[in-house]
Amino acid sequence: MFDVAVIGGGVVGGMILRQLTKYKLTCVLLEKESDVCACQSRANSGIVHSGLDAKEGTLKAKFNVAGNKLMPAVCEELGVKYQNNGSLVVAFNEEEIEILKTLKARGEANGVPGLRLIDKEELKSKERNISNNAVGALYAPTGGIVCPYGLTIASIGNAMDNGAALYTDFEVCAIDKREEGFILHSVNGGKVEAKTVINCAGFASDKIASLIGDSSFKMGARRGEYILLAKNQLVNSTLFFTPTAKGKGVLVTQTVDGNIMLGPTSEECEGNIPTTSASGLDYIISKAKQMCDNVPFYDTITSFAGVRAYCDRHDFVIEQSKVDNRFINVAGIESPGLTSAPAIAEYVVNELIGSLMQLIPNESFNGKREVDFSELTIAQKNEIIKKDASFGKLVCKCERVTEGEVLRAIRQNPPATTIDGVKLRTRSGMGRCQGGFCQARIAEILAKELNIPLEQVTKRGKGSEIVMGVSK
Amino acid sequence: MSEIIRLTCIECPLGCDIEVTKNENGLDIKGNSCPRGKIYAQNEITMPKRVLTTTVRCENGGLVAVKTSAPVNKSDLLDLMQVINKCVAKLPVKIGDVIIKDLVEGVNLIATDNREVK
Amino acid sequence: MITSYDIVIIGGGPAGLAAAISAYDSGARNIVIVERDERLGGILNQCIHNGFGLTRFKESLTGPEYSGRFIEEIKKRNISYLLNTAVLSLTKDKQLTLINAEKGIFNVKAKAVILAMGCRERSKGALNIAGSRPAGIFSAGTAQVYLNLKGYLPGKRVVILGSGDIGLIMARRMTLEGAKVLAVCELMPYSSGLKRNIKQCLEDFDIPLYLSHTITKIEGDKRVSGVVVSKVDENKKPIPGSEIHFDCDTVLFSVGLIPENELSTGASVELSPKTKGAIVYQNRETKVEGIFACGNVLQVHDLVDFVSEESEIAGKSAADYVLNGAKEKNGIAVNAGMNINYVLPQIIDKNQKGHVKLFFRVSNTFKDCVIKVASGDEILLTKKKKVAVPGEMETLILTEEKIALSQGEIKVWLEEEGI
Repeated sequence: MFDVAVIGGGVVGGMILRQLTKYKLTCVLLEKESDVCACQSRANSGIVHSGLDAKEGTLKAKFNVAGNKLMPAVCEELGVKYQNNGSLVVAFNEEEIEILKTLKARGEANGVPGLRLIDKEELKSKERNISNNAVGALYAPTGGIVCPYGLTIASIGNAMDNGAALYTDFEVCAIDKREEGFILHSVNGGKVEAKTVINCAGFASDKIASLIGDSSFKMGARRGEYILLAKNQLVNSTLFFTPTAKGKGVLVTQTVDGNIMLGPTSEECEGNIPTTSASGLDYIISKAKQMCDNVPFYDTITSFAGVRAYCDRHDFVIEQSKVDNRFINVAGIESPGLTSAPAIAEYVVNELIGSLMQLIPNESFNGKREVDFSELTIAQKNEIIKKDASFGKLVCKCERVTEGEVLRAIRQNPPATTIDGVKLRTRSGMGRCQGGFCQARIAEILAKELNIPLEQVTKRGKGSEIVMGVSK
Repeated sequence: MSEIIRLTCIECPLGCDIEVTKNENGLDIKGNSCPRGKIYAQNEITMPKRVLTTTVRCENGGLVAVKTSAPVNKSDLLDLMQVINKCVAKLPVKIGDVIIKDLVEGVNLIATDNREVK
Repeated sequence: MITSYDIVIIGGGPAGLAAAISAYDSGARNIVIVERDERLGGILNQCIHNGFGLTRFKESLTGPEYSGRFIEEIKKRNISYLLNTAVLSLTKDKQLTLINAEKGIFNVKAKAVILAMGCRERSKGALNIAGSRPAGIFSAGTAQVYLNLKGYLPGKRVVILGSGDIGLIMARRMTLEGAKVLAVCELMPYSSGLKRNIKQCLEDFDIPLYLSHTITKIEGDKRVSGVVVSKVDENKKPIPGSEIHFDCDTVLFSVGLIPENELSTGASVELSPKTKGAIVYQNRETKVEGIFACGNVLQVHDLVDFVSEESEIAGKSAADYVLNGAKEKNGIAVNAGMNINYVLPQIIDKNQKGHVKLFFRVSNTFKDCVIKVASGDEILLTKKKKVAVPGEMETLILTEEKIALSQGEIKVWLEEEGI
């Protein structure tokens, strides 16, 4: 029997899992897909919001500002790419300047430091490619960017290094309530017993809550489409349009890897399959042109969509269930959920789990993760290559990923078992050729390491096999 | 009665448009830029032929590229693939080695790449 | 101790091989080819079809046979090469950072560098096609690797976007290996592939070619389950109501090649926005002294025979630079005029001896046209063409005498007759 079962291997589940391992607790992460970070934590903007646009008094406002403060240290410890690039909410007319003033007041009430309205001239000096139609902006110096899948994978990996268990392909379909805890059943016939459950199941979190008879919230989904461009110095800060009733809209930002990201759109959708649309991509292009001049669309690397779950309460749900207080719902973590995740994790574990069981610090907890090979100096890299020649074999030439890094991704926690899994952990296939050169090589390495025939290597789990058989 | 047939020559990248007039005296071939085009056009009318290029499995599980040493009947290509797919090449293989002798009469399947024993 | 070479050649494909041999034969000795793969030959290793070498060897060779002949020449001359070695960076002072398993990350110095990195395929991602991102989407070249080098069938029911030669060749290869190719779609009203490949790769196997059509949606969650293909208007915009649906498990993209110039730009080599390759003099020297470029990293060629020819120029020039030092240049620009997409070389150095072969591509399909070359009011050359298409590279020889006549910019343009 585990002390805690966390359902859902996204960034919220991951950060909570890691926080749990800081205490002497046995815990397990249950993920329905073949790999963690399979849904919205994988395909989003990667923005560390300052916290200026959440309504005062909401959980969103509270956790956003707190999470923003925690983020740099968490990323440092886990070796996740983070950059404090600042954000700009841009106004294109006087009316929008008025909205920015309201936003500034709201941000200050939320406790966001350093907010400042800047005029056209200062905006132009900060962002040389900003459209001439922009008239001013609200500058938030605490705005930042982070690698969302890097953070998710590193937090889960670090939790596993500290003793947490991970069950993938474990889609919870039934929960039995017992006096001593819960029995969670998976669609494949798996069974896990846990004293407490933390529901971080994203889009499916209402379904999971309903398994214990909790129907206190309902989830919906919106699709967000993105266009990713090659590495470029188009912008420095993250550029937002002045928000409307519909939300924050399309943004233009650099990613932590130096690419330019445009998006997202926001459209209600039924299922959880992320698809892009011609109209959505056209819309992003038109908005990006409105924001900036010289957008290098010819350098498009890819377009993709993410499905983001929201809750009908339109605020985060972070509470013990009224049905059973040992069951904790962490649901509706829409934007600014990524930013909030470290703060949510602290609150959920220290307060909500803490009220259910005694939290004894785990002295052997080590919050650090092995530094990525790509982040090392040449001398350090050469030390490693001397011991392990596979780090001297370049596999992905666009993103400069070596065979050693691919092997590490497959062997390290949480282990990559698919092409996409290796891609998220190493960036192989994320570059300008989109895996054209390296995919076959990575498939071979996966087959060898997992001891399976290459025909069984998948893009992202069963049913997504890369090839359809042996020729001859 | 004469019949005019238009062909695209595949002998080289020029891709000449060849016009073949079929009449009681035989074939009148126009538009080719070289003698190879004439032979191609004659074959294309009577019995179209192609050089087949593909791969053969090696005894170590790898592949080696192969081709027919001369053009073979176009209509036989898929049948020949069945034969070739069953073949396993012994290593080492060098460019020009015969992998299948007389794949069809007088035409061998030959290696077009080198493979070491590994 | 930094190892020094007279000439470092980046890439051991057809361009690098021909450049190395020519540099050697022009007197250079301290040469090294740096190849990231485990064998020399580059892309030709996976091009097992025939049709290579007709110009050069007067016979139809397959890719490995063609490169095999050059590799033999390399070995005869004992030209050194590093396999499994990638170049991480190149500076304009011709210092290179390399990585391999034996030596780790290390620097070498060169007196001259020949860029011969070839190109990469434009990926599906660059096209902004709507839909999902399931398994079963390949660039044609990647599918070629799986099928021809690794022995796996990428898919069973295939739709191909792009009628470039690789797409056409793969349509035939997939068919021969038992797959069903349902359609080849081409955005343009004409194929960019060679006519012979339309005939022998599509028509021979009754594979339909849809000109002025593109894929407008990819369907499927885990694996591709289908695509929507739409006809496009003259502005290449999909026409509503023209949609055709194909049930397929695989989509191949053969939508163009992009010279792989990331190392070049790192060395401040100026690129042409048209070719996406370096701007070069007729000796294939870039605007950075001592850095030369040839083959598909310079301009995307239709025929490997031309790659070899161009690379021999670069090899010879690099050897000359190393042995005899830099020379004063007197450059005049060569510009593409009306109906011409680009001309290469972009600069002619009047101080260099010999004729110059101009390579260029026309910007559309033309019938009964005249190509003209002029400098100022002086018409240097005219050439009548029955047909000119963008898919086929055109060449013209500008003699030394004509070059001597040129004052200022040389312009190449195409006139349609009767206008």
